[in-house]
Amino acid sequence: MAFDAETRSQLLETIRRFVSERLRPIEAQVAEADAIPDEILDEMKALGLYGLSIPEAYGGLDLAMEDECLVAMELGRTSPAFRSAFGTNVGIGSQGLVMFGTEAQKARWLPRIATGEIVTSFALTEAEAGSDSAAVQTRARREGDVYVLDGAKRYITNANRAGLFTVMARTNPDAKGAAGVSAFLVPSDLPGLSIGKPEKKMGQQGAHICDVIFDGVRVPAENRLGAEGEGFKVAMQVLDRGRLHISAVCVGVAERLIADAVAYASERRQFGAAIASFQLIQAMIADSKTEALAARALTLETARQRDAGASVTLEASAAKLFASEMVGRVADRVVQIFGGAGYIADYGVERLYRDVRIFRIYEGTSQVQQLIVARETLKRGG
Amino acid sequence: MKILVPVKRVLDYNVKARVKSDQSGVDLANVKMAMNPFCEIAVEEAVRLKEKGLAEEIVAVSVGPTPAQETIRTALAMGADRGLLIQTDADPEPLAVAKMLKAVVEAEGPSLVIMGKQAIDGDNNAVGQMLAALLDWPQATFASKVELSAGSVRVTREVDGGLQTLELDLPAVVTADLRLNEPRYASLPNIMKAKKKTIDIKSPDDFGGLAVAHLTVKKVTEPPKRTAGVKVETAAELVSKLKTEAGVI
Repeated sequence: MAFDAETRSQLLETIRRFVSERLRPIEAQVAEADAIPDEILDEMKALGLYGLSIPEAYGGLDLAMEDECLVAMELGRTSPAFRSAFGTNVGIGSQGLVMFGTEAQKARWLPRIATGEIVTSFALTEAEAGSDSAAVQTRARREGDVYVLDGAKRYITNANRAGLFTVMARTNPDAKGAAGVSAFLVPSDLPGLSIGKPEKKMGQQGAHICDVIFDGVRVPAENRLGAEGEGFKVAMQVLDRGRLHISAVCVGVAERLIADAVAYASERRQFGAAIASFQLIQAMIADSKTEALAARALTLETARQRDAGASVTLEASAAKLFASEMVGRVADRVVQIFGGAGYIADYGVERLYRDVRIFRIYEGTSQVQQLIVARETLKRGG
Repeated sequence: MKILVPVKRVLDYNVKARVKSDQSGVDLANVKMAMNPFCEIAVEEAVRLKEKGLAEEIVAVSVGPTPAQETIRTALAMGADRGLLIQTDADPEPLAVAKMLKAVVEAEGPSLVIMGKQAIDGDNNAVGQMLAALLDWPQATFASKVELSAGSVRVTREVDGGLQTLELDLPAVVTADLRLNEPRYASLPNIMKAKKKTIDIKSPDDFGGLAVAHLTVKKVTEPPKRTAGVKVETAAELVSKLKTEAGVI
């Protein structure tokens, strides 16, 4: 639903305060411990962050895409690991169910997803199915009223906290590529399902990704999401929506980095003056600000179009491509502005530099976005 | 029982206050406003009492301009049940506010009034005390702990050099100090639900009118700027300066 201006500003103000008072002070601690304190996770649940995109009928906020993007921008002003904790419930972990679930499936899961009682995960990627996501090899064999799942998923965000997975598995081994893939809702406590150790990552410590292994996991047939063979469609629509959210997070992190750079450059003195007064520093600030503004405009404009019912596959991919590449360049310049301090952990800038690297890779690499933008542009004739 | 919580819209505590060039007051044009932090603590305490089942209804009341509705809305999002705005663009002095609140108390019939000990704009620390006096109710100011039971309230007060515990018969006025509690963040679902709660808009005349002003602000000035410090070369020099120049040892 869309908000009146007063409610929207109150919502954003609450999140801004939460980010600056509760999350920013513990960024370094979370990165060091590679864990977000339970107390903070509970506060995020109480705040309603896990239910941002869940329909109101199931206890969520049902934010319009534009509002979700504005919220994501605010949350981008701190370590992306915090957003990741509930990000799957807002995006890839829940949206398959929201878009394709039956009434019974929604009623069973969504209320607890909205409160954060259940953390959700999206299990598409495999060792041999990354950008070529239609190459899924995890098998789902029908046996009476159950499907038996066998296979392994890789780099699954929040797998070690998840209570429910949306799993893409091949129901028809004869159909090559996308056609033979179906989507399933798989509770994490089913026998035969196991989770690997969290991977050691370049950045975003505190957010975890793990392998998920299916060894004869018997999933009730009623847990299939959509029709047999519709799995790839589910996956693509879920990812399509998530791209705008990621774009907004990129904008938020870029704005944070620019603010940090301005604060540092105004204070740091060399050659008898604040380095912010030097034009070569100013050029880096100007380029960063201009690109961040452009990404913000593209993201919000696309979100508004999506809210108005337009198909935004092209624009959402363009936004994700531009915003994720943009925040990479901004982070690089900000490290440069900080100079030696930018390479030292205490200042936090090198951490964000590592954190933002994933935005160009997950939920569709920049190269996949380029392919989509090109394909859609060719289709539209310009 | 019913709890009345007066709340005030003030300059956000994160914003650096700037004095108007004519020194007539603090410049509030285009600056961020928010609920007075001590009022937030009072709302939080009332909500906690309601959550414990010790109160049935919380009414948030504010005296101020139209945008003070946002402040009341914040209280509603935190858990207050309904709001009342006595709308005025005047900046009434404490006694005028206390007199209108007295009329609100008489209309609403709360058993307890919890409010901030002071607002961070005027720092008067007066309305709670004045209200109690006008109502002839017992008062406990600077509360750091509030324990409510049938017919009475036990309040721990932060006083110079220690704590004082008072037991008051209800109805009573309690003013909140900083350490009474840590106010919650209004949850996003509750912010949305607060939209459906009612805020009655009234005028000062509905509550006895704005009392005649007794105070005139003559001048508001910024605090003096801090002058630069001095660097000393040795510890001995420091000790000598502390003795001779600062005169502190």
